[in-house]
Amino acid sequence: MRGNQVPSHTFYCMQIAIHNLTKCFGSLRANDGLSLSFAGGQIHGVLGENGAGKSTMMKLISGYLRPDGGEIRLDDQVVHLRSPGDALRAGVGMVHQEPLDVPAFSVLENLLCAAPRQALPSRAAARTKLLDLARQLHFSLEPDAPVNQLTVGQRQQLELVRLLLCGARTLILDEPTTGITAAQARALFAALRQLANSGSTVLFVSHKLNEVAELCDTVSVLRSGQAVGRQLNMPQPQEQLLQLMFGAAWNAEVRPPQGREQANGHAVGTQPVPTWQLEAVRAREGNLTLANVNLELPAGRVIGLAGLDGSGQQILLRLLAGRMRPEAGRIRVHGQDLSGASASAYRQAGIEYLPADRMLDGVIGALSLTEHFALLQGKGQLVDWRAAEREAREAIAAYGIKATPVSRINSLSGGNQQRAMLALVPQACRGIACEQPTRGLDVASARAIWQRLLARRDAGCTIVFASPDLDELMNYSDQIMVFFAGACSPLMARNELSSTRLAELIGGVGFTPVMSDQ
Amino acid sequence: MNKIGSLLSPPPWTPRLWQIMLLPSPFILALLGALGITTLVMLIAGVSPLAVYQILFFGAFSTPVRFGDMVMLATPLILCASGLTLTFAAGLYNLGVEGQVVLGAIAAMIPLRLFPELPTPLLWTLSLSCAACGGACWALLAASLRLGARVSEIFAGLGLNFLASGLALYLILGPWRRSGAAAASGTALLPRDIWLPTLEGLRLAPLAPIIALLGLGLVWWVLSRTRWGLEVRAVGINPNAADRLGVAATWRIAQAMAGCGALAGIAGGLQIIAVFHQLIPNISSGVGLLGLLVVLLVLARPVWVLPVSIIFASFTVGSVQLPLALGVDSSIAGVLQGALVLSALLARGVRRERAQRI
Repeated sequence: MRGNQVPSHTFYCMQIAIHNLTKCFGSLRANDGLSLSFAGGQIHGVLGENGAGKSTMMKLISGYLRPDGGEIRLDDQVVHLRSPGDALRAGVGMVHQEPLDVPAFSVLENLLCAAPRQALPSRAAARTKLLDLARQLHFSLEPDAPVNQLTVGQRQQLELVRLLLCGARTLILDEPTTGITAAQARALFAALRQLANSGSTVLFVSHKLNEVAELCDTVSVLRSGQAVGRQLNMPQPQEQLLQLMFGAAWNAEVRPPQGREQANGHAVGTQPVPTWQLEAVRAREGNLTLANVNLELPAGRVIGLAGLDGSGQQILLRLLAGRMRPEAGRIRVHGQDLSGASASAYRQAGIEYLPADRMLDGVIGALSLTEHFALLQGKGQLVDWRAAEREAREAIAAYGIKATPVSRINSLSGGNQQRAMLALVPQACRGIACEQPTRGLDVASARAIWQRLLARRDAGCTIVFASPDLDELMNYSDQIMVFFAGACSPLMARNELSSTRLAELIGGVGFTPVMSDQ
Repeated sequence: MNKIGSLLSPPPWTPRLWQIMLLPSPFILALLGALGITTLVMLIAGVSPLAVYQILFFGAFSTPVRFGDMVMLATPLILCASGLTLTFAAGLYNLGVEGQVVLGAIAAMIPLRLFPELPTPLLWTLSLSCAACGGACWALLAASLRLGARVSEIFAGLGLNFLASGLALYLILGPWRRSGAAAASGTALLPRDIWLPTLEGLRLAPLAPIIALLGLGLVWWVLSRTRWGLEVRAVGINPNAADRLGVAATWRIAQAMAGCGALAGIAGGLQIIAVFHQLIPNISSGVGLLGLLVVLLVLARPVWVLPVSIIFASFTVGSVQLPLALGVDSSIAGVLQGALVLSALLARGVRRERAQRI
């Protein structure tokens, strides 16, 4: 019965507390002894950079994951949530970044198949309740529309309605404004305020400072799986929140940048033909559109792409490597027009792509380094195993890979896999587009990878990389571009930029996209 | 596609001598498991397991005639299993292998019916070439559905199997029917002088197993020595990464399918010129699916295809004697073969689970 007539009917507010919550994925401690508490009937922001552990924490509270240690208390009762259904029965519901629904069903059918029987006794009752609730929250939901024709924003609204009808008194929203329109975001915020006023507790996960400032009553900040700011009352100075989110990197600007001077001396306008030229390029992936990109990426530079995950930097990388075709505009590689050409044409033009997930599409796990080099051999029907093994040995020596030529790649450590992937990039290559080149590597391995990449740059190769790590961007880039919600900034020289400024830009503070007439 | 990669852990392609000498331990586990299941079935049926096993294991070697029959059954099995080794290496479940055998048989009939007066060696070559083409085309049909319309090769293959047997039945009852009355049992027998010659007093045509062994050897050589084979394996393990490294993944998938279809087609052609000497509705005798079991059992390692094919063929031939000797149904051979594969997959799954937990 409870919660059916949200928000006209008030119920008691639910208080959530977590104590010493720990969750590990392999060797990564995604949540590391996290203790926080959220008062009922308020909107609580949870801030943190990518990988800070926000989503993990929310999934633990909403039953999608089970903690390795620590406890969750709802209204001072310790609960053990075995599944999302368990959590929902206890009153906690989560709206995901990508709404989880049945695309082929209508809005009403989605409600019916997901709700417990007593909540929606009949189709007619469900329809009435849906329409009531949608009207109260000012949502535009047509009960008979198929879900696959709704926008992400509408699907999110449906998910919210479903959770409320199922009796959720605490709503968790994970990056809810990604991929929805500004108007839908406004409607969502209004609805959330209304729900909080009538007693719901809302946990709002975001990395967008302005949204948190606009919406939330309190804010907590996570970094590396730990709480570094607990229930700070809003408003808070932006400066302080950024400091909490990015930690040491925030103060890193006083540190001397490494290996910068000779790099700049090297690249001062000596190369007449840029490695990449983009003219009025537009590309789209999912809900994100990268529009009107005009860029020249000169040879012999390291260009860092900053921005939160999914802000458009991955699209640009894939465009540069020909792994995605632009909807409009031209892409030239060394003056050669390759707009709309295949990935293999880009490879032939000397462009290599290093994906973030090595094992997924970087290397062939079950094959050895020798076999990889054999694959890269030019022509000939038979494999020249001797040559392949020689190349593998040379690569092992040159890149310091801890492996034998015949060990399978998937038996190597992450750092060695990454070195192997880099070693497989041909010497003649002119441009490397890498997604998170040091993802999951320890400091020493990361440094070794960068040493090789910088050597490539000094040999005239252009390296474009995306990274969530501010230190990495500041230490190794010659130029930096910032992405925010599908818009990109102009190329900025690294030495004109401070960590502080970069972090602000990533959070969208003072971000100005490239003018369209540029 | 990757699901196969996880099911079949990638095989070591250049086995050392000791690896050939020693049975892999999951194989022994599987054997024990399969014997357990089969024994249970026999005990329930109330027959003496020992007597049955004796006939199953040794029946095929008891007389020269039976040995010859075993060889003639192992021949198409080896060809199909070799072909399937290619498609498994490319990460494909080519369930359409049955249909490819049938199409090979139909295609082999065409020159035999059109030019029976050609010199026999030329006629056989022509017939087997047609068979290879027929099987390959049928496989390419499945491959193009997979690559062009994203239809899983499993379902495309199964559908095409039905189509192929329908086609065979149509030919038997329609255009190629016997003079006089049409009979669903098959077309008229081919003239005896274009049958593949057999050994005196046996049904064993020595040329057939030789062709099968050549096919198997070719597959082993291609997969372990050539660049094409390496590329096919790379595509089978990780198509995205292979593509990134510059392998034409789409082509390799189509070519592996065509290769498998050609070998299955030759198996069908041999069924015509060396075994049945006519087109019958059940021309493949389920040999394609049995080949699938062989490949699943040996993890698509070409070196193991030969012994396992022989063992499977001898089970089947041995089981034929069961109804007469013991009054037991011959399908017990199928139980044993199926149980072997099932317990092998199980043993592998358990081992992987354990490895992951550590």
